[in-house]
Amino acid sequence: MSDNTWMYRRRRLGNALALVLGSLATLFGLSWLAWILWVTISKGMSALSPALFTQLTPPPPGDGGGLANAFFGSVMVSLIALLIGTPIGIGAGLWLAEYAQRRALGTVVRFLNDILLSAPSIVLGLFVYSLVVKPLGHFSALAGGLALALIVLPVVVRTTDEMLRLVPSTMREAALSLGVPQWKVIVQILLRSARAGVVTGILLALARITGETAPLLFTALNNQYWNHDLLKPIATVPVVIFQFAMSPYDGWHALAWAGALVVTAFVLVLSLLSRLLLARTKVTHD
Amino acid sequence: MTLPAQPTKPGEHRRIARDARNDLLFRGALLTCALLVLAALLGTAGSTLWGGRLAFETFGWKFLISDHWDAVNGQFGALVPIWGTLMTSLLAMLLAVPISFGIALFLTEVAPIWLRTPIAAAVELLAGIPSIIYGMWGLFVLAPFLADHVDPWVNDKLGALPGVGRLFRGPPLGIGMLTAGLVLAIMVIPFISSVMREVFHTVPTRLKESAYALGSTTWEVVWNIVLPYTRSAVIGGIFLGLGRALGETMAVTFVLGNAHQFSESLLMPSSSIASVIANEFTEASSDLHRSTLIALGFLLFVVTFIVLAIAKLLLLRLARKEGNA
Repeated sequence: MSDNTWMYRRRRLGNALALVLGSLATLFGLSWLAWILWVTISKGMSALSPALFTQLTPPPPGDGGGLANAFFGSVMVSLIALLIGTPIGIGAGLWLAEYAQRRALGTVVRFLNDILLSAPSIVLGLFVYSLVVKPLGHFSALAGGLALALIVLPVVVRTTDEMLRLVPSTMREAALSLGVPQWKVIVQILLRSARAGVVTGILLALARITGETAPLLFTALNNQYWNHDLLKPIATVPVVIFQFAMSPYDGWHALAWAGALVVTAFVLVLSLLSRLLLARTKVTHD
Repeated sequence: MTLPAQPTKPGEHRRIARDARNDLLFRGALLTCALLVLAALLGTAGSTLWGGRLAFETFGWKFLISDHWDAVNGQFGALVPIWGTLMTSLLAMLLAVPISFGIALFLTEVAPIWLRTPIAAAVELLAGIPSIIYGMWGLFVLAPFLADHVDPWVNDKLGALPGVGRLFRGPPLGIGMLTAGLVLAIMVIPFISSVMREVFHTVPTRLKESAYALGSTTWEVVWNIVLPYTRSAVIGGIFLGLGRALGETMAVTFVLGNAHQFSESLLMPSSSIASVIANEFTEASSDLHRSTLIALGFLLFVVTFIVLAIAKLLLLRLARKEGNA
């Protein structure tokens, strides 16, 4: 009997220990988040000023100046990436959801798309380097945009595919039974009813490429001055942050932290926005 | 009631033909988009293999086992970056897997319902922070902290152990494989824990309730029922995290120190495949140097492809079980 109580106690104790350790693990994980966010905000805030958005990246001693050209470059490169990646991604997602159910090629594309989703971005940069930079002979904003488009693509494919499959099949059947051609059903009815989900995918993709640095290092390269020519190297915020943070100059460090704060805030707002959008879609579909 | 036969309007046939043609065109356009996804992946593999052929031809198998890296004399061996990539990812997994399991346990069994969604969202925020921010934080904040408070302790206590001790002996620099492993662990925790949490939810309630009815504690239910049921998917989630850790570039580049000296100590600076490419690619002066870096990219791509494919297959196994249940 006493043997039994001892066993019982031991099991209870083991249970309590496991649950406490689980809670501590969560606390441990969240404390890193708090630490990183706190450091980014406190260091970034002290360097934040209007000049950040109006002045060019300063030369080496790095006092004064801003990141205006880098912000412009990031916007341009991201726009190119979205303009290339989104239509192709939506197209491929539509094909997966509407034409490729239970087909071998569909399974293969879906499988490989998921791998592309987690593939090392730096290797995608190497691909674009051999595809665009080497034949053209110089680094360019266009190459940077193309490298980021390869990151946008799988995100948009995945969300489009998933969101289209959430649309009730009665909607497809109702439209088809009225004699509407299939392409019109897909574009004007299915895509429209899954609109919020598809937009979420685009926002998530934008969030992913906003802080992406590695593939830009040898595609868009960097540029200390204004550049409006898409065939020339262009500065982007993450690459400038990398360059400035690795330097020995305090002025550059401060600018890097300010840039880091802006990038982080933008990414977090985007992911919050997409979360809200997604929550709303779920409600309307239930 | 029967409908009167529709009179065939003059334009009817033409409209039907046009619709059929448009349908075909639309379908073809979508298929092209899907094939572009394949092309992106095949193109990446093919172009890095092609770009790296000079290095593969020049060094042969010695490329993988030589630690001699001399850009001036054109001698490149990939052992140090390969070793650095594997060791930092292994370290990251050793730290991240138990922590992620703890978080999943907390979120599925311990936390009150109202707390679960916000905490899960907060953990996933960790995945949203750009890797360059991790890198800066790692270099400017975490590395000095580790150098002052953790490395000396590691050196004294773990370094004194027989056998494994040699892994932990070294100067307290703050940067090195241990720091990189820690940063990587923090970065992959959200991926692994969210997969674990999701698959824990797929366990049929009646299985868990049966175990509770027999008098199991929460821990026993998780360890003996939930984990065996979801085993393949949990391993899949771990491999997914591993795939991310292997290919992570910026965070590692900041805190690894870009050293080409081989050292078995985890406290010493090293380099990883991704960090070498990021640091040296634009400055590579010779074709051989550039080709070597592209060849390293090919190796990285192949390894992550295999790891991610295993992850995906393991995750699909649980999905299939779900479908048949």
